[in-house]
Amino acid sequence: MVNIIWVSMAAIGIIYAMLNGTMDQVNEAIFSSASEAVTLSIGLISVLVFWLGIMKVAEKAGILAVLAKLFRPLIVKLFPEIPKDHPAIGYILSNVTANIFGLGNAATPMGIKAMEQMKQLSGSETASRSMITFLALNTSSLTIIPTTVIAIRMQYQSASPTEIVGATIMATLISTISAIIIDRMFYHRSKWGAS
Amino acid sequence: MELVTIISAWLVPCFILIVLVTATIKKVPAYEVFVEGGKEGVKMAFSLLPFLVGMIVAITILRSSGALEAFIDLLGPILTTIGVPPDIIPLALVRPISGTAALGMTTELIHTYGPDSFIGRLASVMQGSTDTTLYILTIYFGAIGIKKMRYALKVGLLADLMGIIASIVIVSILF
Repeated sequence: MVNIIWVSMAAIGIIYAMLNGTMDQVNEAIFSSASEAVTLSIGLISVLVFWLGIMKVAEKAGILAVLAKLFRPLIVKLFPEIPKDHPAIGYILSNVTANIFGLGNAATPMGIKAMEQMKQLSGSETASRSMITFLALNTSSLTIIPTTVIAIRMQYQSASPTEIVGATIMATLISTISAIIIDRMFYHRSKWGAS
Repeated sequence: MELVTIISAWLVPCFILIVLVTATIKKVPAYEVFVEGGKEGVKMAFSLLPFLVGMIVAITILRSSGALEAFIDLLGPILTTIGVPPDIIPLALVRPISGTAALGMTTELIHTYGPDSFIGRLASVMQGSTDTTLYILTIYFGAIGIKKMRYALKVGLLADLMGIIASIVIVSILF
């Protein structure tokens, strides 16, 4: 799936550029965006090193286990495949908490750790049910306070930069609940299809 | 808002403090464990690099060729007939694909229409209420080496669609 999407984005772009006479822009964009992507990855190093370090300490100190215990009922419902005291639950919770408070750069390393734990559980290179549920939660966004948007609104002299917070929370809630429902629907469909 | 800013500012340092103090009480060699965990971070960042280069270059080719814009123009009339404001369509379509492009568009819309206009508010809510599905998929599955992602992309994109519809409906009702 990802192969087809990737190839079609590049191929459609290049063919369109042939017809549209935008080949120069495409040519330039290929190399500037490649270097942009490298800069982005290098920028991720600081965040990943720091947060994975701290989270390792948190795991060894038993903090993740405490977190997991606290929210177990909810997580067990959402992720029925993960055993109750598995460290994956602690990482999932840390990721969700960081997301809720808009700490995107802390959420990513924790999310990757959670995924890693789930991969150990499934032991295959195919996405497991829990992984897709977790991904759905993350792509639908859990942010309660959209700090970047508020900053932009302030910059353009909004009379009330934060007035969109309530609407954002509602929209986020709806998209997250839909994500969970859609995920469940696809899971059951794939199960029926397999049997 | 001030309270929220204060909470956000205190959250991370306080979390770090709790982690480090608890580790010390439990006799965990905090510094050594931190370094051990950090090493994983270095490896992870480098293993992510090719995934990001591949994905970002493909998206940029699509964007810079004008194909993405043409696609949006094509879909525009259809979406307008079902009540989607035409000015918001590019943002709605780009939001799941490219985070930086979406942020740029949101800024542009707020700049053009003003932050307190209908479009300005709608762009704000849309930007805040969904995340960049393709980026998250690339990072998370890339980092742990998932080859078959099954129905993950469909779920992500459909959830985005619901978020976009919800944003339009909620902003129309509230403001």
